[in-house]
Amino acid sequence: MRVSVVGGGPSGLYLAILLRKAGHDVSVTERNAPDATFGWGVVFSEETLGALRDADYATYLEITDSFARWTSIDIRYRGQVLRSSGHTFSAIRRTHLLAILQERCRELGVSLEFGTEVSTAQPADLVVAADGSNSTLRRSADFGTSSTPQGCKYVWFGTDLVLDAFTFVFKDTEHGLFQVHAYPFDEHTSTWIVETTEATWRRAGLDRMSEEDSMAFCQALFAEELGTHRLMSNKSVWLDFPLVRNETWHHGNLVLIGDAAHTAHFSIGSGTKLAMEDAIALANAFVRHPSDVESALVDYELERQPVVERFQQAAGDSAAYFGRVGSYLGLAPIQFAANLLTRSGRISHANLTQRDPRFTRVLDAWFAANASGAPLVPGAVAPPPMFAPLRVNGATLRNRVVRSTSDLAEAARAGAGLVLTGFVAVAEDGRVSPATPLLDDSWAAVVKDVHDAGALAGVRLGHAGRRGGTRADGGVDVPLRDGWPLLSASPLPYTPSSAVPAEMSEVDLTRVRSDFTSAAERARDAGFDAVELDLADGHLLASFLSPLTNRRSDEYGGEPLRFPLSVVDAVRAVWPGLLAARLTVTDLARGGTTVEQGIAYARALADHGVDLIHVRAGHTTPNSRPEYRRGHLTTLSDRVRNEAGVPTMVGGYLTTPDEVNTVVAAGRADLCLFEPAPTPLEQL
Amino acid sequence: MSWVKVGVGLPNTIPGISGEVLVEWARRAEGGPFSTLGVLDRLVYDSIEPFAALSAAAAVTSRIGLATNIAIGPLRSPALLAKQALSVDALSDGRFTLGLGVGARRDDYAAAGVNHKARGATLSQQLAFLRGQLDESGIGPRRAPVRVLVGGSSGAALTRMARYSDGYAHGGGPPKAFGSAANRARAAWRDLERPGEPVLWGQGYFAFGDPDRGSVYLRDYYAFTGPFAEKIAAGNLTSARAVRDFVRGYEAEGCDELILYPTVASLDDLDRLAEAVS
Ligand SMILES: Cc1cc2nc3c(=O)[nH]c(=O)nc-3n(C[C@H](O)[C@H](O)[C@H](O)COP(=O)(O)OP(=O)(O)OC[C@H]3O[C@@H](n4cnc5c(N)ncnc54)[C@H](O)[C@@H]3O)c2cc1C
Repeated sequence: MRVSVVGGGPSGLYLAILLRKAGHDVSVTERNAPDATFGWGVVFSEETLGALRDADYATYLEITDSFARWTSIDIRYRGQVLRSSGHTFSAIRRTHLLAILQERCRELGVSLEFGTEVSTAQPADLVVAADGSNSTLRRSADFGTSSTPQGCKYVWFGTDLVLDAFTFVFKDTEHGLFQVHAYPFDEHTSTWIVETTEATWRRAGLDRMSEEDSMAFCQALFAEELGTHRLMSNKSVWLDFPLVRNETWHHGNLVLIGDAAHTAHFSIGSGTKLAMEDAIALANAFVRHPSDVESALVDYELERQPVVERFQQAAGDSAAYFGRVGSYLGLAPIQFAANLLTRSGRISHANLTQRDPRFTRVLDAWFAANASGAPLVPGAVAPPPMFAPLRVNGATLRNRVVRSTSDLAEAARAGAGLVLTGFVAVAEDGRVSPATPLLDDSWAAVVKDVHDAGALAGVRLGHAGRRGGTRADGGVDVPLRDGWPLLSASPLPYTPSSAVPAEMSEVDLTRVRSDFTSAAERARDAGFDAVELDLADGHLLASFLSPLTNRRSDEYGGEPLRFPLSVVDAVRAVWPGLLAARLTVTDLARGGTTVEQGIAYARALADHGVDLIHVRAGHTTPNSRPEYRRGHLTTLSDRVRNEAGVPTMVGGYLTTPDEVNTVVAAGRADLCLFEPAPTPLEQL
Repeated sequence: MSWVKVGVGLPNTIPGISGEVLVEWARRAEGGPFSTLGVLDRLVYDSIEPFAALSAAAAVTSRIGLATNIAIGPLRSPALLAKQALSVDALSDGRFTLGLGVGARRDDYAAAGVNHKARGATLSQQLAFLRGQLDESGIGPRRAPVRVLVGGSSGAALTRMARYSDGYAHGGGPPKAFGSAANRARAAWRDLERPGEPVLWGQGYFAFGDPDRGSVYLRDYYAFTGPFAEKIAAGNLTSARAVRDFVRGYEAEGCDELILYPTVASLDDLDRLAEAVS
């Protein structure tokens, strides 16, 4: 097979080596000179090395021989250095990696041509676009390409400061926060990437600075960390990281690999690894389908796309983390570190315990001490964070696990710290269906059972609003034939088949407010420890908060919080205990409440005496678009907790203790709604 | 982990299928280790209408479940769709499961004269009708409520599934892809506070005697997806071992029922599948 590879980066050269070894006739065309390259060093992980060893032992040896290796991550934050160990990193100078690959190509008889810019593919049996994220070749066919800026502004420097750990530096300035991702890659040099949000970058005037001035700015900014060492430029200018995706990676005999096919934000350091693994997968596909280009390319895509998708998901989470890391500066150093290390979802509390048991011992001990208001004692041990008590407004939960099931006493016996009822209506016309419970006298006995089992009991008080009057089973939001009159902020039906609610009059507002307060009084009489006010999921109070459902022209339209806050105030006046609010932080629908607005709502609720926000999203309208991946509400909870400064509770299908430990240890929520799947193991 | 039930597809979307083979297929499946006979739905194609195909199967079987997996709901009016579903359910004495989705082809919508853009909203309205107004509509035959499954992978589709149905019908792919979709379906189920767990169905394709012919069929059937047709064809299961690995993979991901669809209308292939899964 005649193969024409365009682009002499890691993916193109490595593929050339592997295909040449399999006996194909391979040429590589690169626009730059052999030793010209941007950037400095690149990091590899342990699994990648295994794959490289199996694919081509000769280059594996040379690559690993020139590696800088280390096992620690240093986090420089608030004038301290936190070190986490037990990780495995290795890095290599990019030019050196390319030199090794070029030499091996020559040795194997790959034809290499430098200094030639390719604009259209040369005829060959297989044409490989390995020409990077801004691929020219990709434009010659429809791959369903998207390329959008992701994360912060960044600049890639080198420095003669030789680090002995992967180093993050967080530097707060008058303009805003700057952070550094730095790591060694040979005996003399380290990579030093500086990153900041676009807003901070502009405030600092970096948008108007020359290359030299901006390097001088960074040199001065990190004078403390760099000491006598200097930053070095290699066409080091401020850039946006392009997130590249392609729906399909091949078209006829033209195939995309490496950055031309996909990118993953540099903050998870995986681009080179993914590029070289692509090359391995593509070469192997031709072993399976020696005489069938189409089948080989389909195989390659089927193998690589799911892997790359997972990395892109993690990289997206990581990039977003660095975009908002300025809001975490209030976290204690050890928790800040835990949050940073678990940012992409690839490392959990359990993984961290395996890699660095000392770090998690201290983290757990700090968490427990902090939860009980005691000082951290050296050498202290404590159970994992999910078992730390939580004290809010005079109430003490024995742990961070919340269960909401139909059998509250059983949930309490299952070990939860807090058990929550489902929706309990404050009035007959506030029921979801005829089966929705009211706050009658029957609850006291249930609450007693819960207390006997050691848990606290909470009741969710709500008025279903325009989602009321529905059937009790077989689905949600299916209207009853003979329902009852519904109320909402504005007369808009929930679904096209739902009944049209009446726009609440002043009389209705007063009546519903007193329904809430008298329900709260009955909750107190029943012995409940917590009241959760329902301002979520498109129910009555929530209908005031969203522009999609509140079209009023009176003051309740002009001030969406006015009525809900008046209810909070009235309830707070009669309910001394733990008061939570279940809040739709964003509608996940066009024209709806944004995350920023939702966070402002959370802040306002806290100002009015709400102790805890239960973070929800979507369902304001029936066609909202939640993502529903595991833990899909966690980031939102993290933002509410850290940006509004309010304790939070979060669900979103958290099914394992490890997820709960990770969420609470990292300060993304204070309580987790735990929803384990049923398992036959418990029936043995 | 619980045991996955394995069903088999009727070859109703394989061009040129005869009534004779279709009926014989149903008879043999009834006698085999299969839980359900599934059918697919396409309008602008040489295929047998799914409810018609299941009616034929109902007439010659008495044990096996019957399912659309999926039928393109919006191509039919809510009332007509309900009538067809209730009819198959009555003819089969309650063995029917109605899987619904929006399908993926514009030409089906154009031919049916239905607005493709509104397909999601239309399906939601149909489901609302099936779950609600149907009771008072006078449309019969009335029996116990028909079991409804919904397919689709977007957040909106999963919300619709959790709002109106009994479970999720996945569109096919490797076990891992099913597993991640199943988790999203479970998360949606919790998010809408439905009690219990959604029923989870998966699907796959097979051909043993003449796999190349099967792949040609898949490329043709999915030609409208452009480059994805090749990937679907690459997933065709062509050996007993591949089928068994696939079933095990789905089982490990918590699939309740897995329907394997033929890509060649060969009764011999059906017998070999029966052997592979028993
Ligand atoms: C700041 C930053 C830090 C990074 N850190 C890491 C890290 O730590 N670890 C890691 O694994 N990855 C890292 N990466 C990612 C990594 O650099 C890339 O993912 C990797 O280089 C991709 O390899 P590639 O061969 O696909 O593309 P490239 O390395 O981009 O190579 C493409 C080649 O094609 C050539 N070319 C382009 N157009 C043409 C044309 N028309 N004709 C001829 N030749 C052409 C280019 O000159 C170039 O040599 C980082 C990236 C950035 C931006």
